[in-house]
Amino acid sequence: MPFGVPFGVYVHIPFCASRCDYCDFATWTDRDHLIDDYVSACVTDLARRRASGLPIATSVFFGGGTPSLLAAEQLTRILDAIERADGAEVTVECNPDSVDAAKLGAYRRAGVDRLSFGVQSMVPHVLASLGRTHDPANVRRAVDLARDAGFARVSVDLIYGTPGESPDDWQRSLDGALALGVDHVSAYALTVEPATALGRQVAAGAPAPDDDLQADAYLRADTVFAAAGLDWYEISNWARPGEACRHNELYWTGGQYVGIGCAAHGHTGGRRWWNVRTPERYIAAISGDTPAVAGSEVLDPEMRAEENFSLALRMRTGAVAGARSAAVVSELAEQGLLERGRLEGDGERIVLTRRGRLLASDLTARLLLAGAASPDSAPAPGHPPSLALGTIEC
Amino acid sequence: MGTGTDTRISDNGRIVTSLDRIRCLSIIAHIDHGKSTLADRLLEMTGAVDPRDMRAQYLDTMDLERERGITIKAQNVRLEWNGYIVNLIDTPGHVDFGYEVSRSLAACEGVVLLVDASQGIEAQTLANCYLAMESDLTIVAALNKIDLPAAEPDKRAQEIERVLGIPAGDVLRISAKTGAGVRELLDAIVDRIPAPKGDPDAPLQALMFDSIYDAYRGVVSSVRVFNGVLRSGARLRYVNAQRDHDAEEIGVRLPVLTPVATLGPGEVGYLIAGIKDVGEAKVGETVTDAARRAEALAGYREPKPMVFCGLYPVEGDEYADLREALERLRLNDSSFTYEPETSGALGFGFRCGFLGLLHMEIVRERLEREYNLSLVASSPNVEYRLQLTDGSTEVVDNPSSMPTPQQIEAIEEPYVRTTILTPTEFVGTLMELSQQRRGEMEKMEYLSEDRVELVYVLPLAEIVLDFFDQMKSRTRGYASLDYEPVGYRRSDLVKVDVLLNATPVDAFSAIVHRDRAYEYGKKMTSKLRQLIPRQLFDVPIQAAIGGRIIARETVKAKRKDVLAKCYGGDISRKRKLLERQKEGKKKMKQIGRVEVPQEAFVAALRLDE
Repeated sequence: MPFGVPFGVYVHIPFCASRCDYCDFATWTDRDHLIDDYVSACVTDLARRRASGLPIATSVFFGGGTPSLLAAEQLTRILDAIERADGAEVTVECNPDSVDAAKLGAYRRAGVDRLSFGVQSMVPHVLASLGRTHDPANVRRAVDLARDAGFARVSVDLIYGTPGESPDDWQRSLDGALALGVDHVSAYALTVEPATALGRQVAAGAPAPDDDLQADAYLRADTVFAAAGLDWYEISNWARPGEACRHNELYWTGGQYVGIGCAAHGHTGGRRWWNVRTPERYIAAISGDTPAVAGSEVLDPEMRAEENFSLALRMRTGAVAGARSAAVVSELAEQGLLERGRLEGDGERIVLTRRGRLLASDLTARLLLAGAASPDSAPAPGHPPSLALGTIEC
Repeated sequence: MGTGTDTRISDNGRIVTSLDRIRCLSIIAHIDHGKSTLADRLLEMTGAVDPRDMRAQYLDTMDLERERGITIKAQNVRLEWNGYIVNLIDTPGHVDFGYEVSRSLAACEGVVLLVDASQGIEAQTLANCYLAMESDLTIVAALNKIDLPAAEPDKRAQEIERVLGIPAGDVLRISAKTGAGVRELLDAIVDRIPAPKGDPDAPLQALMFDSIYDAYRGVVSSVRVFNGVLRSGARLRYVNAQRDHDAEEIGVRLPVLTPVATLGPGEVGYLIAGIKDVGEAKVGETVTDAARRAEALAGYREPKPMVFCGLYPVEGDEYADLREALERLRLNDSSFTYEPETSGALGFGFRCGFLGLLHMEIVRERLEREYNLSLVASSPNVEYRLQLTDGSTEVVDNPSSMPTPQQIEAIEEPYVRTTILTPTEFVGTLMELSQQRRGEMEKMEYLSEDRVELVYVLPLAEIVLDFFDQMKSRTRGYASLDYEPVGYRRSDLVKVDVLLNATPVDAFSAIVHRDRAYEYGKKMTSKLRQLIPRQLFDVPIQAAIGGRIIARETVKAKRKDVLAKCYGGDISRKRKLLERQKEGKKKMKQIGRVEVPQEAFVAALRLDE
């Protein structure tokens, strides 16, 4: 099929071998007996959606949880149930510990073209603080296996600012990640969520991540990645030209996607919706032919404009700030927090600087209060803007 | 001339109670020395309250009074003992209400001095006793709580003899709790306290010693008749207020309110005259006949606020509720003042004046409790008199209205004579405290081998700041304090401003002695550094006298405020977080370029408490 209007399919695999201390996603470590039924439910869900007119997917993303925990044929059964455009991007999140040559070969043959490894850190004591089980040496092995299986697109996830992680530790992780030869990195500040092991530890008095150290770590990462040819394209994502994750770009550009599996979110026809949270309830809903969707919301035009603006501002392509906010834009530009670009419509394109990116939430709130979210502040839904932005230096 | 129950009700204006069968008295006692318990026993033993209806602290009607164990409003009750009418006039139990106490005493011929037999006499009790002696009242002294193992009645009786000249042998020993000695006390009241004097045929002179506001009946005043006859339905003249009112109802408290036709000399009762505001029926007022006027009784004065602070609602939208609560509370307490005030830090509120620190606490607590408000108070201060360089004078009760140092020639502040009674072991620490707080010693005297009276003259501002709390904590609550104003004195005072990014924050300006300015500045800047959220830029917090900076802290610029992950499932959540952040920003107080949540200011002021 030809590559048409972008449309994504997110498949949530809620199973993990062990739970990381910081994780508050919908994942379970004790439900492996459900995997077969769960895979079948996903396939049924997809079949029903296809029957009622699911658009052809231009991107598919298996996230979790640990999608690589599934047997290869289980994952490919789901992928086969998704009608994809030619050249569709298909990503699978992998744990470096749970991949082998056979599994990766099967993925590749089924149409997976991109792997994202949860690496987090290359330093054992940091990994231990995060409650991660893998050995950094496994990461090298996993990436080599991926290359051998024919994967050209490999990404790694990193976490910075873990209490106890020194600047040198972080530098080792950055160097280690780049030494893998990857063309895409996501790096996230460790965030303490209350309903996690980490959240309970911090509540009990364990040290919390330090904002200033995390800011230092972010700036260091940005410098190191840029020097290696990986430029930021979203606050927490860096890639070589052309290697940005197209599926994730859908999220930041107001694009359309469906969520398959428990706790998965979708955005279709102007509606944001989400499925029931547990795998049991998802399986029960699908096999009972009752809605797996647990809730939804429709945004009014103003809320949608604000959402589009705040998502766009996370990206290097920036957002268009309406003329009303010009004074605040000037003030923030003077403080070196954003760059002003070309005039567009009733406003101007603005892009966060490095310092500004670290303050994105504050600046977004400030700009929205100043009325920056004019209706034309975002690119047309579903069309990821080009990364080539000659007028803006970031 | 009737006796027994017949004497209770006056009949058609005919005086049926002879003066020599009446006694009017107050009980003077320190907090916790058992005054309310004694009142309860008296009510029981005289048959005024049926044992089935009895409850503890019967006469203390406000929740606050029962909780704090103090009397805020003066109550009175008419008892009967062996054919005598005993008018018991309760007095407010705190230093702030000295004037009210003096008016209650003016309605009496005698007092019962009630002293805890283990604690001994306390400063404020002593002050009130001196007040009673100056008014030539007869004192019947009684040691209470003799049933407790720690009681030392002999030693305490000696103390009383020493400081008041009452022979130790005349001091009664009672237990209000068990009732032991209470009959003897009633007999002593009748025997020792003189009967009132008065002329029923003279023009009416009645002293108003309390007024409360009742939602149904309006103002209910307590009065003691000195001369003439107060008649129900009469046209009355309120001499000091210069207003006429009709006596809609008069009566006596038995303690149940019981209407009567007349109240004659020596009688104590209540008066309802269709008044809606206690400000028109003030303590100390003289009531006379509109048609046949008498002179005002001596001793009236307007209560004057001495301590001031700003009161603000924690939630800005409660401003209207606060105003309404103040209006209603003032119906019941005309001794506090309020006027609208706007603060850059705290928004819209009121500048309030109080008789003293406890009065301030009580008003605030009643506002919060009875009107369900959440309030924040700026630091309390006193009233200053300024001589300006241009030769004019000015009175300032709010630091933010203080002129610049260059305009001020001299500042005077109110001083008080402070009497402290303390166990001897705390004398050293109290002397140290008094000296730190700019006190000058006037007197030190041993009341007994283990108790000492210290008299210092010191600035009221120091008492208001933290002297009282310091004294209590340094003496584990064993020392007691009383003070009386002794006028204004010149002091080396400065106004310390607190600046946020070079903009003054009005709520934290304070007038302090020059020697303590740095300490105050340091304390406030470091406190605020912890409470002011980081901004997009460095924010200096400075304390300054005029243009001179005396302390400085910096809130470093915020460097990170970003949601790390934002994928499909995070978008709705992120939008809600942003919504909240936007709402939060809207509510921020803007001090120059700095955004501060009101909670930070509230916390800074609360930490002071």
